[in-house]
Amino acid sequence: MTVPTLEEIISDIEFLDNWEDRYKYIIDLGKTSPPLEDSLKNDQNKVHGCASQVWFVKETKERNGETILYFKGDSDAFIVKGIAIILFSLFSGKSPHDILEIDPNKELSRLNLERNLTMQRSNGLFSMIKKIKEDAQIFINC
Amino acid sequence: MTFNIDKIREDFPILQRTINGNRLTYLDSAASSQKPIQVIDYIRNFQIRDYANVHRGLHFLSNASTEAFEGAREKVKNFLNANKVEEIVFTMGATDAINLVAYSYAEPNLIKDDEIILSTLEHHSNIVPWNFLRERKGINIKWVDSDNNGNISVESVRNLVTKKTKIIAITQMSNVLGSIIPLKEIIQFAHSKEILVLVDGCQGIAHQETDIRDLDCDFYVFSGHKLYGPTGVGVLYAKYELLDKMRPWRGGGEMIKEVSKDSISYGNPPYKFEAGTPNIVQVVGLGEAIDYFTERNKEDIFQHEHNISEYAHESLSNMKAIKLYGDKNISSPIISFSVEGSHPHDIATVIDNYGVAIRAGHHCAQPLMNFLGVTSTARASIGMYTSKEDIDNLIISLEKAIKIFN
Repeated sequence: MTVPTLEEIISDIEFLDNWEDRYKYIIDLGKTSPPLEDSLKNDQNKVHGCASQVWFVKETKERNGETILYFKGDSDAFIVKGIAIILFSLFSGKSPHDILEIDPNKELSRLNLERNLTMQRSNGLFSMIKKIKEDAQIFINC
Repeated sequence: MTFNIDKIREDFPILQRTINGNRLTYLDSAASSQKPIQVIDYIRNFQIRDYANVHRGLHFLSNASTEAFEGAREKVKNFLNANKVEEIVFTMGATDAINLVAYSYAEPNLIKDDEIILSTLEHHSNIVPWNFLRERKGINIKWVDSDNNGNISVESVRNLVTKKTKIIAITQMSNVLGSIIPLKEIIQFAHSKEILVLVDGCQGIAHQETDIRDLDCDFYVFSGHKLYGPTGVGVLYAKYELLDKMRPWRGGGEMIKEVSKDSISYGNPPYKFEAGTPNIVQVVGLGEAIDYFTERNKEDIFQHEHNISEYAHESLSNMKAIKLYGDKNISSPIISFSVEGSHPHDIATVIDNYGVAIRAGHHCAQPLMNFLGVTSTARASIGMYTSKEDIDNLIISLEKAIKIFN
């Protein structure tokens, strides 16, 4: 589950001054990130509300007596997968409490990405954020 | 009025917009068409000058509003060449109209194990209402597949029919492949077996001559927003003798004759299916859209769309990385394709940056996607305002997108 950190992604994207290059970067992120095991690409892990197919899995680990959440996923569309990787970099490896504190819009705006990558409900970004927050909330409620 | 594409485009103000710094190339008319200024102005002026509730008041405005509302019904009747104005029911949309038929006609008239035939080309709105019926009544749904080109033959329908077949519900034009169905033959055959036919005209109405009397279908539905009219209005056409016998759909004001504490008698068609205050503004807007359409001469519109479709099919066929779905011999205004090595979703996202609007996804036709062996396609769809320049922009943007992905 080695995904680049958000800071790494930001520093990579910063130097790309046209949208085509930013897109290429996201596509590469999607193309080069490890695929999800086929057995996990099932209906249970499917994110609804996406025009492409998106699967999304949560794992938990204990760190100093605290639960930490990790996320991984896949999509048959490279751009969607690239965006998912960015989301994982934002939320993965954090405690449920920290995840709920994160304002994803504020963080994603630091990437200076095109609106149609970050604002579209149909690309699954909204659904994924909602699911990550819900997963974190479950741990808080426990 | 002769067909002049530049003049037509001027009528659609949204086409002057720039998207992401580029000229808008709108190729998503199959999802919803844009609206001419005549329709937009009409809706505005109607509310400024003539608006009141319909059928109720005795005052001047109520009368003016009712005249406009019933005038729209007359326009729809003429547009479809229906027999009677009473055969035109205004609904919230085509989906609403199919649900109405499933509830008001099919549910009381079909019994357990009766059969409804649907085609694999159907939009979910012509599937889900029948599935409700399957759940409620235990009817069976049988599927007529298309051939690999997306065409459906009368023979394949004939092979599925049994004594239990009561309804065939089928599209006039596939919203994915643009396939045109031999409706007249299917309907003639169905009637010889006392089977009723519902036609989903959502796509067909805007792209091909539709004459209800000639088709002789029993039910025909379409939505206003795909015919250059507003959202929130659709039409159910049904033969009067069917409508007359059908039970009401929703209960409320305007659809009754008498209401007492213990009994209610219902009004006549079409009013018994139009409970509550109807979508007055949308209905009159649809009437104006039909005027706009007919004044520009249907044949000329269809010819223009055919020319543009041919040009689009030809241009896309020349691109090595493009795979076209559907019949190569028919230049349909609805074009489904995929780009080798890229997901349709990614392609649509990238070309949006060049101002090109296409649809990507399963197009609410998952049985067809399964049949084609894909989870989604990209779809470019053409309207009366689509120009050659739109197609050129599509091709150029696709070429650029392919470079980005490789």
